Amino acid sequence: MKQLLRGRLGRDGTGGHRVGDPVTAAAEESPWGPSPVIEVRSLLKTYGHGDATVRALGGEVDPVTGVSPGVDLVVEQGDMVAVMGSSGSGKSTLMNILGCLDVPTSGRYLLDGIDVGGLDEHQLSLVRNRKIGFVFQSFNLVPRTTALAQVELPLAYAGVKAAERRRRARAALELVGLGDRVDHRPNELSGGQQQRVAVARALVTAPAMLLADEPTGNLDSHSTEDVLAIIDRLNASGRTVVLITHEDEVARHAKRVLRLVDGQVVADVRQAPVDGPPPALSDPAVFAAHAPHALTSGGS
Amino acid sequence: MNPFETLRFAVGGLAANKVRSGLTMLGVLIGVAAVIILLAVGNGSSQAVKDSIEKLGTNALTVSSGGGFGGQSTATSTKPLTVDDARALADPASAPDVESVAPEVTTSQTALYDGTSHSVNQVVGTYPAYFKASNSKVAKGDYFSADDVLNSRKVAVIGSTTATDLFGTASPVGRKIVVGGTPFTVVGVLETKGGTGFQDPDDTVIAPLPTVQNAFTGFGPISQILVEAKSADATTPAQNEITTVLMSQHGIKDSSALDFRVSSQASLLTTQASTNKTFTVLLGAVAAISLLVGGIGITNIMLVTVTERTREIGIRKAIGAPKGVILGQFLAESTLLSLVGGGLGVVGGLVGSRFTIVGITPVVIPQSVVWAFVIAVAIGLFFGSYPANRAASLRPIEALRHE
Ligand SMILES: Nc1ncnc2c1ncn2[C@@H]1O[C@H](COP(=O)(O)OP(=O)(O)OP(=O)(O)O)[C@@H](O)[C@H]1O
Ligand SMILES: [Mg+2]
Repeated sequence: MKQLLRGRLGRDGTGGHRVGDPVTAAAEESPWGPSPVIEVRSLLKTYGHGDATVRALGGEVDPVTGVSPGVDLVVEQGDMVAVMGSSGSGKSTLMNILGCLDVPTSGRYLLDGIDVGGLDEHQLSLVRNRKIGFVFQSFNLVPRTTALAQVELPLAYAGVKAAERRRRARAALELVGLGDRVDHRPNELSGGQQQRVAVARALVTAPAMLLADEPTGNLDSHSTEDVLAIIDRLNASGRTVVLITHEDEVARHAKRVLRLVDGQVVADVRQAPVDGPPPALSDPAVFAAHAPHALTSGGS
Repeated sequence: MNPFETLRFAVGGLAANKVRSGLTMLGVLIGVAAVIILLAVGNGSSQAVKDSIEKLGTNALTVSSGGGFGGQSTATSTKPLTVDDARALADPASAPDVESVAPEVTTSQTALYDGTSHSVNQVVGTYPAYFKASNSKVAKGDYFSADDVLNSRKVAVIGSTTATDLFGTASPVGRKIVVGGTPFTVVGVLETKGGTGFQDPDDTVIAPLPTVQNAFTGFGPISQILVEAKSADATTPAQNEITTVLMSQHGIKDSSALDFRVSSQASLLTTQASTNKTFTVLLGAVAAISLLVGGIGITNIMLVTVTERTREIGIRKAIGAPKGVILGQFLAESTLLSLVGGGLGVVGGLVGSRFTIVGITPVVIPQSVVWAFVIAVAIGLFFGSYPANRAASLRPIEALRHE
């Protein structure tokens, strides 16, 4: 398992994402083509014990069978999924588990066909570094560090040489439109700019999967459009995207919308096919025309 | 992440909070410097004792009045030492291992020369044998002779401190000084012995016994008798002979009720040396404690730093920092603190040891420098690794939730 992972990570870490990767060993086992990027089975997450137990994910215990149903979820390569739900419904809990930042109480999580539960500390750090780009709701930038150094950080941990690192970090910042803000520290950037630095940091390693927990939560509509445009383009280039949002305008950008209630998936709506561009890019004119508010006027 | 990068991260981390890093370094600095200086002081004082053992010669025995502990109560009466006692000891028939005997009277007097006044530590009245037994050699002039003693001549040999204080750079030999109202002709100046403790052995005036008795102390009891054994090996038999002779002189039958004490200079100094060793060990313990406190300072700072930066650690882990790299960064920070603090401490300790401290010239023990430094760095590594390891072991989400 370790060697298998190393091999895959090694290939990913050299720059390219996994789109069009030769069929992996795990995928060969599956009769239905390549294995999904994310496969979650009976996932359960509880906090605390006894009466104080909080069932953050997996739903209430069935009074008849005495077990929680748990969360089952499969996300295909190249999909763009929006996760919605009221506050406290377990969205962030799910996302943290998908990002290998937290471990489930029970259930299995297969990332690219590999059971994450069987990975050790070092392998997990490799997965976080090379496979996953995580954007936090609260930015979570390293304090007192310039935007450039910030974006270089994942590359530094991946062992990329300084010059190459600088080049790629600059390119990522250019991509999010912050080419002129490379030497600014987090406290010298606006909220939207900080969020875009966070996005740049998440995509600089060219991860196969982008996980974003309310990436537009604290942004105005203009910045929201900026960030969403970046995410749309990333998905169009083949990366799998999972994002959490409260806003319908944001969810409109996704190919698929999941709705969580009390730690359970209650609705799963497909808005666009997995292969092919995200809704906003497939037919920009139609997409803009259906905007609930005059988003385009604010964004242009 | 190469080591250079880890180091750069660590320097950045330390520079982010200069005052705190500075104070921690100061703690280590003081710890290391204290170890070096205190051990140097201890070593310096025992070195000085060792030197004076060599200077005094190991053949000398001192007979002084008074019993041992408890001896006072059983002795019916304490007979003081007299010149007769000294003469009895000089008898080769009863004390074959005794080379020479010098009775001593001592007093403190003020010496005057040409308007310059100087209070002399020790004015000694004795026989010429004193010079050899006490290892006092003249640098200028000559000793006084047995003839001077017989004729109670007012001549004196003075110590080097006394000479400089009274005469400055001029040669004192042949000049007249007035000690306690009595004029003395200086016939010789002793070589400098060097200070070993709180009393300057070079501040002395040595004159013939009857002269001093006549002028200051009277012809009663004498202060002590300095006896020189034939050789270093003969000190023990000489000690026994002295005891036997003086017991019969003083009419004492019970050897546990002596009214005098015979001590060899060597044994006296050995005792002093072992006291010194205890002193050094105590100083070392104090120094070790201060080093430990410095180490606890590092731990404390690392704990605070790590707690303060737990969110940052969470972020770093979330973007894929392996545990080893985070551990390395914090370990490098604490090692850097203790390395720089320890290094400056070594410099401080070496500089501090160049000064004379309470009359003792510190002698740096090279091993103490090495050990203090090594221990400081080891403490930094050890105590730094605990909070660093704790932080690096956190799950990213736990660290991120930390407020
Ligand atoms: N560390 C924790 N300890 C105890 N309970 C927790 C913990 N983290 C989350 N919870 C609980 O789990 C439930 C789901 O939390 P989660 O953060 O996943 O909600 P969410 O759907 O992201 O909500 P929001 O939209 O407000 O961000 C909540 O009821 C929350 O109180
Ligand atoms: Mg949330």
